[in-house]
Amino acid sequence: MSKNEYLKGVATLKLDQDKCIGCSLCTTVCPHAVFIVEDRLARIVELDHCMECGACVGNCPVTALSVNAGVGCASAIIHSWITGEEPSCDCTEGSNCC
Amino acid sequence: MLHKDSCCAPKVATNVTTSTEITDSCCPPAKKSTDQCCPPQQEIKSCCPPSKDRLKAGYRIESFVKGWIDTPIGEIPVIDSKLQAVDYRGRIAMRWGIGRDKYTVTPGLYAIGSPDEKSEVLVSANYKLSFDVLRSSVGAIDAWILVIDTKGINVWCAAGKGTFGTDEIIRCVHMVDLQKLVKHRRLVIPQLGAPGVAAHLVKKGCGFGVIYGPVRATDLPDFLAAGNQATTSMRRVSFSLQDRTILTPVEISMLRWQILYVALALLLLGGIGSDIFDFSAAWTRGSGAIVAGFVGLLSGTVLTPMLLPWLPGRAFSIKGIWIGAGAAILLCLSLFSESGFLNQIALLLQVTAISSYTAMNFTGSSTYTSPSGVEKEMRLAIPCHLAASGIALILWLSAAF
Repeated sequence: MSKNEYLKGVATLKLDQDKCIGCSLCTTVCPHAVFIVEDRLARIVELDHCMECGACVGNCPVTALSVNAGVGCASAIIHSWITGEEPSCDCTEGSNCC
Repeated sequence: MLHKDSCCAPKVATNVTTSTEITDSCCPPAKKSTDQCCPPQQEIKSCCPPSKDRLKAGYRIESFVKGWIDTPIGEIPVIDSKLQAVDYRGRIAMRWGIGRDKYTVTPGLYAIGSPDEKSEVLVSANYKLSFDVLRSSVGAIDAWILVIDTKGINVWCAAGKGTFGTDEIIRCVHMVDLQKLVKHRRLVIPQLGAPGVAAHLVKKGCGFGVIYGPVRATDLPDFLAAGNQATTSMRRVSFSLQDRTILTPVEISMLRWQILYVALALLLLGGIGSDIFDFSAAWTRGSGAIVAGFVGLLSGTVLTPMLLPWLPGRAFSIKGIWIGAGAAILLCLSLFSESGFLNQIALLLQVTAISSYTAMNFTGSSTYTSPSGVEKEMRLAIPCHLAASGIALILWLSAAF
């Protein structure tokens, strides 16, 4: 087990391999090595490492990826519970995302 | 405030809010030094005329600008790759969250070293801490630095919000006339900017292709030397002991008002007893509770983050429990050994709850927690925190009677 592992079985990342063209940009942008590309086809190998940042989804030129992207930040989520807004990483008073 | 940068920095429409003729008179790309803000004509060819020639009422030249370079799109400030005392002071202030919402660099184009038309263009955020890390870690490279307007937020957080994103990159490329400056059509964008960027849309929007650079600016020289190739480790986000420790002061600083209010409330509540209100009890019981609260706070905001990978459990709120409970037991055996059973149980519950809650808040600083995971852990943890705090409060108050 790698040292920095978060909760198992919660990541919402999905890959539609039928759409994948094997450009491997997802492996480039992912900071946690969630994907590998073999035979010009991407595959999710470490789903539990996904932090749902959305980098792969936005950069996939054929929209083969989807995820409920957002900030993994407790105070942003508390703020959204109170205000009803989307959890936002606004890095100002009351939020400590960064 | 907005114009603190050099007078000849590229035009930034959104930042020109006060003066009137600035955008028109300040070094238009087509003409060379015909207007009032630029130095005398005879100096225009030399790379780095003295800064004092550029002084202009209402403006200040940033301390990190060490000269100017003449280009087809006008003069571009050359930045210093060495940090000065003022930069280090700013860095310390940022680590404590002081003035963090206005620690910015004016967006636009900068030069580092002696770049030319073949040099890479490195895109960065306009948070001064990020800018300082970039310029101080790239060493002796020659490159252009395109600082985009992320409202003073670092690359990764701004990318999450979308302010470091496709539209802003396209806007800035057009704004500075980048296609007239360099012959190639590449932008080097930090990998952590990727959540806000769609590489194919940047290409479509401004003609510049995106190359994702390494996660850490310190890897940029090796990345560039290898022909824009990143090694596997350059692509991975880590979260070392040093990374975690450096983030702890701001965790406490963010809570400063809550700490003050809770401390005052504890002093008031501490005085309640069989004599209705007793000032000496307010002091002894109240200050005791404040000390316990601080121990819980330090357990969750400092010790738990530092020991993060070694603490059992995946949820941060569980990691915080071990440190909080451990610290509470030590307190019960030392400072509060004579406090009585009710107070000790209250202390155990409350210190553990504070530690667990503040540890859970560290998810926002961590580099690997997902929103789905954080929400799941919060739905379980927060009711427990509230219950433990409620029971602790009742026990502590009833111990006074």
